[in-house]
Amino acid sequence: MAAEVAAGEERQARISGRDLVRALMREPMALLAVLFLFCLALAALFADWIAPYDPLMPNIFSGRLPPLSEAKGMTGDIQFHILGTDALGRDMLTRLLYGAQASVSVGVIAVAASGTIGTVLGLIAGYYGGRIETFIMRTVDGVMAVPSLLVALFVLFLIGGGLFNMILIFTFVRWVVYARLARGITLSYRESSFVEAARAIGARDSRIIFRHILPNMISPLLVLATLEVALLILAEAGLSFLGFGLQPPAPSWGLMVARGREYLREAWWMITFPGLAIFLTTLSLNLLANWLRTITDPLQRWRWLI
Amino acid sequence: MTSNMVVQFIARRTVASIILLVVVMSAVFVADRNIGDPARMVLGDTGTEEDLLELRLRMGLEDPWLVQYGRFLAGMATFNFGETFRYGISKPFAHGGLPESRETLPIALDRLPATFVLTSVTIALSVLIALPLGIWAAVRPRTLGDRLVNVLSLAGVSIVEYWFALILILLFAVRLDWLPTSGYGTAAHVILPALALSLRPIGRITQIVRSAMLDEIAKPYVTAARGRGIPLSRIAAIHALKNASIPIVTTIGDETINVITGVIIIETVFGWPGIGALTVDALKIRDVPLIEATIFLLVLMVLCINLIVDLLYAVLNPRVKLG
Repeated sequence: MAAEVAAGEERQARISGRDLVRALMREPMALLAVLFLFCLALAALFADWIAPYDPLMPNIFSGRLPPLSEAKGMTGDIQFHILGTDALGRDMLTRLLYGAQASVSVGVIAVAASGTIGTVLGLIAGYYGGRIETFIMRTVDGVMAVPSLLVALFVLFLIGGGLFNMILIFTFVRWVVYARLARGITLSYRESSFVEAARAIGARDSRIIFRHILPNMISPLLVLATLEVALLILAEAGLSFLGFGLQPPAPSWGLMVARGREYLREAWWMITFPGLAIFLTTLSLNLLANWLRTITDPLQRWRWLI
Repeated sequence: MTSNMVVQFIARRTVASIILLVVVMSAVFVADRNIGDPARMVLGDTGTEEDLLELRLRMGLEDPWLVQYGRFLAGMATFNFGETFRYGISKPFAHGGLPESRETLPIALDRLPATFVLTSVTIALSVLIALPLGIWAAVRPRTLGDRLVNVLSLAGVSIVEYWFALILILLFAVRLDWLPTSGYGTAAHVILPALALSLRPIGRITQIVRSAMLDEIAKPYVTAARGRGIPLSRIAAIHALKNASIPIVTTIGDETINVITGVIIIETVFGWPGIGALTVDALKIRDVPLIEATIFLLVLMVLCINLIVDLLYAVLNPRVKLG
């Protein structure tokens, strides 16, 4: 009887792919967000194939052309610029696609790295307690008390900008949010009966931590990671805008806004499109996180299961 | 909670904040000593070896690093980070003589009022808009209005501040010519930067007000009050809001800190003479004493707000253990 109930709960707790799609269909905003992010991921992955022109090569024939204009390419061919060109005559659409590559890689890689480090440290702190917990959590409090953007700005000033350095510093400042979450959840499970049971049959600590406790925090971690990708994409663009992140001629959305700022009066498209790209990306990630939070919350599950 | 406990709590938190400030600034000190010779940066390609040595002596760079560090810590205690030879110096180096210099502290302190004005206007604006909006959404959950507020607040959270700022400039300053593009001084100057900065706090505070109010409205006392015929909006605005104030106050504190980091970019865009724009300028010209002074002031402001929020949290929630 008890086993049956447990099996029933188990069935309910699992979210199948079909349920997810069904839940997504009910939330048009979340669906749009997922579609946008999917296209963005494709654009970032296959920028080399889908981008119509070269992202870095200037073209003296096509400086600052408005959207939907034609111009002669450097080799004499006729080029069509759907979203116009920048001050150096480079195709906006091409640079936006390559900019997606920069933003997505900074966001995703830094979140993967900081998420892994933070979660493991949080699990360790929560599970073992004692001096190791005090040490880890004091560090977390310290890093959290200083604004990430300020630290990132200063460190990038010291070690220079660029993709790798940005990922490095974002990992260093953001692991703490996962550590805090993972520790909190671990604390609530440490004395629970299923952990006791696992311990009683002789499971090693690492097995208890990674096979019994960790699966219980996947959903909140996923929600947090989604929000963090949005935050880091904003931070990357902001730091690049200030001139401390990616360096020209690299195609970065933040840099494109910064360059467009100089031609604000004459060429509205130079800031509008890259800014819109950043905004829509972060908005989609926030909508996705919002939706993930709802569907993974057991208290609200009835809303989309029925 | 006795007043004695509150005093102890403040004392403990203050000590922890000071320790953190010393750790952060020590890291800045070590880092700054590794970006190259500050004296050489002042002189550039000009100047003889004697000039360089004289300048290094003047800047205290010839002392053992422990002496320099001690001077740095003492400077922190007195808010004094020495003199700058770069920022706002028109004639950096006259051959044969030492460059002019300026004290960094007055330069940095001069910038505080502008940042204070911008931050306060932004936060006041955000709270004034977000509080009613969040309550309005919470008393009609899952209606079209609620969904709209939800999506709009998410859009606010996702805003790209400096880009939105530029769009605002393009629209209201360049095209319509209603407001100045940049600068400081009149009330008209503060509108665009505050608007650009406030969308994110508005979004975050609205969300937290809405969810905290939803939790509160589900409680039995609200049902009981409704049973007696008191309208929900009235219960929400008077009783529930008070009980839901803890997460709201914490979020307002967090958002104030976010605005203080947000001003770094926005002040640069609007030419707003605050501490944020000064920090960027100092970093761009690699002016070590000024970098130290501005970072010190920014971190100090953030730690003070953290302290105030912790304190409010303890005052608002009698169940909180002051540990």
